[in-house]
Amino acid sequence: MNFDSLLWVLLLGSLLGLELIGKVPPTLHTPLMSGANAISGITMLAALTAIIKAEPNSPLLIIGSISLGFALFNVVGGFFVTDRMLAMFSRKPTKKNK
Amino acid sequence: MNLPDIIKFVIDLLAVLLLALGIKGLSKVRSAREANILAAFAMLLSVVGLLSYYLGTSGIPAQSWAWIIVGSLVGSLLGTLLAKKVPMTSMPETVALFNGFGGMSSLLVAIGAFLFPFNEVAKAGSLEPFINDASISVSIFVGAITFSGSIVAMAKLQGWLSTPGWTQVKARHFVNIVFGVTSLISFIYLISGNVSSIWLLVIASTLLGIGVTLPIGGADMPVVISLLNSYSGIAAAAAGFVVDSQLLIVAGAMVGAAGLILTQVMCKGMNRSLISVLFGGSLSAQNTTSSGSGEYTNITSCSVEECALTLEAANRVIVVPGYGLAVAQAQHTLREVTKKLEQNGIEVVYAIHPVAGRMPGHMNVLLAEADVPYEQLKEMDVVNPEFPATDVVLVLGANDVVNPQAKNDKSSPLYGMPVLDVQEARTVFVIKRGMSAGYSGIKNDLFDLPNTSMVFGDAKKVLSELIGELKDLGVGDK
Repeated sequence: MNFDSLLWVLLLGSLLGLELIGKVPPTLHTPLMSGANAISGITMLAALTAIIKAEPNSPLLIIGSISLGFALFNVVGGFFVTDRMLAMFSRKPTKKNK
Repeated sequence: MNLPDIIKFVIDLLAVLLLALGIKGLSKVRSAREANILAAFAMLLSVVGLLSYYLGTSGIPAQSWAWIIVGSLVGSLLGTLLAKKVPMTSMPETVALFNGFGGMSSLLVAIGAFLFPFNEVAKAGSLEPFINDASISVSIFVGAITFSGSIVAMAKLQGWLSTPGWTQVKARHFVNIVFGVTSLISFIYLISGNVSSIWLLVIASTLLGIGVTLPIGGADMPVVISLLNSYSGIAAAAAGFVVDSQLLIVAGAMVGAAGLILTQVMCKGMNRSLISVLFGGSLSAQNTTSSGSGEYTNITSCSVEECALTLEAANRVIVVPGYGLAVAQAQHTLREVTKKLEQNGIEVVYAIHPVAGRMPGHMNVLLAEADVPYEQLKEMDVVNPEFPATDVVLVLGANDVVNPQAKNDKSSPLYGMPVLDVQEARTVFVIKRGMSAGYSGIKNDLFDLPNTSMVFGDAKKVLSELIGELKDLGVGDK
């Protein structure tokens, strides 16, 4: 991929991001932040690429693996925690707890 | 294009589409939960796409598999554990921590790509080596700031770090500029082939993250976290340039831009500009000597019994929840009290200030957990005209958001922040553990007003006593 087309991708992606959320009710600020944060863990793909392309026994394997761990911590934890917050807004009939 | 390329292309396109729909859906109450699951699915899809592409082309060595499995297992397990265990009150810190780790991931992968290049970079003389090094530098710079900044933000929200006065000196801007310039210099060295300057870049940008975040007061932390979240998107996009992945660039750019918008929205809610949040320093630490402090002269304290009697006679009650409610975990007890009042025909409404708690939406989450009907939560602009027609206001662990100084006192650091006009109501009860100041560290003029009574005690304890008193009065026994 040449550099200038990647720059186009960057530009259009940013414009899309600016347009995606307009009015957000305050209720959703925290979940939205947390959900978007989970998505930023997409760096896991970079970590995966590094591990796959690493030479055998290269320290890159370890660095990539740690990076992957951090990214997945962000992604998996982020989505779960967002879901936990959002689950409280759903209007299911809840049973009395303690 | 051969088959693996086409498959990867289609999967990537689909993943981008789903991620965009996910972010969009997360900004609407109705669709938020599904949108979150959709985004999670898109992430999984992108991983499947990447793995299957390499399986179909170069293959994935066994050693790589081992490290992939170790890394993903440890990361996912710890992330899941934290996400499931952490109490709802610590949500802001948790988001900050997750965000910091995302930044750390970009930082590490960029260091790895620099020290052990794995992408064929074209021969010298072309622009490519420069672009490669520049993307790596941006990824390190932004990743390190995101990491150190988020960790500081988390520590402050947790109360592990305070905002000491020395962080407020003007010289801090100079120090941060030095860190910034050092980063820039090490970047120039790095692209001109000095390999070890990468460590200088790492250190300088980490310090810059700390230096910028440390002086910011706790009340502004949500905005900072939102901004850092936007940064982690930028770091991901930069990493996308390093590994040549359009998907990474689009997703990173989307998060970066959307995070910026969200930051803007949150600033508006607090009536502050992003510039003043970032460079204005902390309200409390600056103003310990000016109008902020001062003695209370006219405090009325009252017993739970009096409070119950007044509540019983009321027609309309507004509850103002704040961080203290979250700390005391008193939302369920509160719900019991309001249920009793409602059974007695008293109208109960909850006034939600946009920055009540430590993060926007904090109170909504908390009250929703206690099964408070969504319709009873009213936003500030809606509820403010209703205070004069209200008999009793219960302020539960809220402080700065009900401080009339913000309206009346031009010299107050809070001046201009939109607040709830609780003092307009006939009677105000403030349930509070002691006379300590709120998060801004500023005296609350509300407490001195003649129609305000303080009920001292832990929110949960006071509320359960209140239930007992109401029971004795026969309120809600039907």
